[in-house]
Amino acid sequence: MDMNQYLEVFIEESKEHLQMCSEQLLELEKNPDDLSIVNDIFRAAHTLKGMSATMGYEDLANLTHKMENVLDAIRNEQITLQPETFDTLFLAVDDLEAMVYSIAEGGEGKRDVKDVVEKLLLIEKGESLILTAVSEVAAASALLEPEIVNSEYDEFEITVLQQSQDQGFNSYELKISLREDCLLKAARVFMVFEVLEKIGEVIKSNPPVEQLEEEQFDHSFSVTIVTKESVEDVQKKVMKVSEVDRVQVHTIDFEHLRTPVPVEEQESVVTTVATEQTKKEEKKQAPVKSNSSKTIRVNIERLDILMNLFEELVIDRGRLDQISRDLDNQELHETVERMSRVTSDLQTIVLNMRMVPVETVFNRFPKMVRQLARDLNKQVDLQIVGAETELDRTVIDEIGDPLVHLLRNAMDHGIERPEVRLANGKPEEGKILLKAYHSGNHVFIEIEDDGAGINRERVLNKAIANGILSKEAAATLTDKQVYELILASGFSTAEKISDVSGRGVGLDVVKNTIESLGGNVTIDSTEGAGSVFLIQLPLTLSIISVMLVEIQKEKYAIPLSSIIETAIIKKEDIMNAHNQQVIDFRGKVLPLLFLKDIFEVPEFGKEDEFLSVVIVRKGDKMAGLVVDSFIGQLEVVLKSLGDYLNTAFAISGATILGDGQVALIIDCNALIN
Amino acid sequence: MTAVSTEQEVKIIVFQIKDKEYALPVERVRGIEKLLHITRVPKTLPFIKGVINLRGVITPIIDLRIRFGFDEVVYNESTRIIIVVIEGMEVGLIVDSANDVMDIPVASIEPQPEVVGHRIDEYISGVAKIDKRLLILVNLEKTLSLDALQESMRKEG
Repeated sequence: MDMNQYLEVFIEESKEHLQMCSEQLLELEKNPDDLSIVNDIFRAAHTLKGMSATMGYEDLANLTHKMENVLDAIRNEQITLQPETFDTLFLAVDDLEAMVYSIAEGGEGKRDVKDVVEKLLLIEKGESLILTAVSEVAAASALLEPEIVNSEYDEFEITVLQQSQDQGFNSYELKISLREDCLLKAARVFMVFEVLEKIGEVIKSNPPVEQLEEEQFDHSFSVTIVTKESVEDVQKKVMKVSEVDRVQVHTIDFEHLRTPVPVEEQESVVTTVATEQTKKEEKKQAPVKSNSSKTIRVNIERLDILMNLFEELVIDRGRLDQISRDLDNQELHETVERMSRVTSDLQTIVLNMRMVPVETVFNRFPKMVRQLARDLNKQVDLQIVGAETELDRTVIDEIGDPLVHLLRNAMDHGIERPEVRLANGKPEEGKILLKAYHSGNHVFIEIEDDGAGINRERVLNKAIANGILSKEAAATLTDKQVYELILASGFSTAEKISDVSGRGVGLDVVKNTIESLGGNVTIDSTEGAGSVFLIQLPLTLSIISVMLVEIQKEKYAIPLSSIIETAIIKKEDIMNAHNQQVIDFRGKVLPLLFLKDIFEVPEFGKEDEFLSVVIVRKGDKMAGLVVDSFIGQLEVVLKSLGDYLNTAFAISGATILGDGQVALIIDCNALIN
Repeated sequence: MTAVSTEQEVKIIVFQIKDKEYALPVERVRGIEKLLHITRVPKTLPFIKGVINLRGVITPIIDLRIRFGFDEVVYNESTRIIIVVIEGMEVGLIVDSANDVMDIPVASIEPQPEVVGHRIDEYISGVAKIDKRLLILVNLEKTLSLDALQESMRKEG
């Protein structure tokens, strides 16, 4: 069977299951007594194991299997939960994730997992010898045993059997016959398995457990187990289950193991009965847990093409609208109007198709924070709010790394050690709030911690020492400006980070990334009480909100993100400062930039005594752009001017207006120095 | 291309600037458009007239007259925009008129005449004499390459 066609689905689902594992493990850590959570993890791991085995990723399946063993032991309360248990399980999930990513990148999903496997085994060993034996065997098989060809017991099973033998376990094949008049065969099977699991480990059953559960067998079935019990004891114990007619126990002969035994059935997915049993629960819970919405994955290029086609439609709509107005035909009017409505609905849909919840980025943070907290010996509670907030795919792809950086920073330099926190009258556990929300045409992501905050003096000293700032300039800065220094490039030098009470592990990278996305970062901090990093991002890179303005006969678009407000001023209110014309805007002196002059717009009409001014900002600086008139606000699709014109001054791109004409988008950042 | 056209012939688009006829191989031409609304892009080279919306793609427009060093004229009914492809991009060329599509024998193409000192020879790859018409074959790469543009940008300061 060609597996490639399922590969993408496999990768996506594997990621989902692993995500589920991480999430639930974190949950379990908070509520160690809630065994239903273990079941959830178990199910996810189990499904993953099955999928990877089916797809032929043995390493993946084997490691998952070992993880399952530990989970099973937890579920059966054979081992107690220790922090190390979680560490190891998280480690295993990490490795599994790495394998899945390797597969996603065209690899084979192989990885050296010896350490994790050993740890998993040790955890099991602590409590259950039998389980240890099995998983050690599994471990051995993961380390690539020589190939054994057997159609009945697969490689994995044979290794398990052989290794158990070596460790003094007996391998038996039981043929169990139920009484002819047995009513609830599945229940009896279940009871038999329960007995068997108390005395050993079930390796295989024939027919497979699913069929047994569904009573798809006559009156007898066979089970292969490893145990330390004697043949007689096993027989007696199984016979205690009522309605069992007969139990025949054979010791498995390893010499003959490799010759086909007709009763045995080939099964590609290796599963132990212990895991099979969870399938019962799985079946019960599946309908509740199944995804309520169906999705389809689409290449983003196709969406781009769709968007381009759609724009043309919008442009034609504009033309039709014009024509219908000129013709003044009632029927045409109505049709065009309806088309307008449909196209605007369509527009919303097309644009929304590119939107992805920020959750896809956020969901990896809890695990990261947990691990980091353990590494740093700190106690941190990460709270996530607004994970459902949607962002354009292109932004989502870029935003992960900066956020990781900021979170690390908050934990490393923000949150204090527990003893320090206690001494300062704070709860031992630090809190980090990761919050996303929409506001206007932007998405805001806040990272707030209740840590030490930023020490103004130290930041200033560091900045001066690194030559970012002169002593004279330092005195004039506001607190906010000081905090933002830590985002400056050259602020942090690799080794000396920890000396600074503030933050600063190459935060300039964060700043650059965010700015390249058309966003910005601001910092607020109170020393001793914590800091807030606020990231503002455009909803999408390709669609922006602009204010359309007219200068003589030319139309320009000014991104709304740069605009503070618009104003109409009288000519006589213009003042002269040096050679610069300025206005007094709410007590602030703003330079006026006449776009007509800057863009050398050919003049047609005469000047008005009132000036239309768009107040724009770049960081803390503001300026007033003088235009002839405001046309209005609209959403436009940002288009590049191409290589020929990428040097055009103060123009960041172009867009096509409803009438089919091109309007240039003004780059306010280039206008304000 | 019909079966008649063999290696010996090339299909060319003939257009006019000032009083001369120029030619481009047909495979370099994406289309010929009537004058569309051109959005001026401020502070660029004088021969870059701006951009147009060509079926949803922002396409730069170059006035070939100015590029060749002739005087600028007011566009009229016969003015055309020839859309050509260069380095994977579409670029529009404004010409006085586009009048012909013809097959010319490769043999009729001669290397550019050695007229030293005239700016135009940079942009010519050869000339073809067909009957009594003299067609000037334009070297698109030299005319439109970004390097050449940057070069002239430097020249003009």
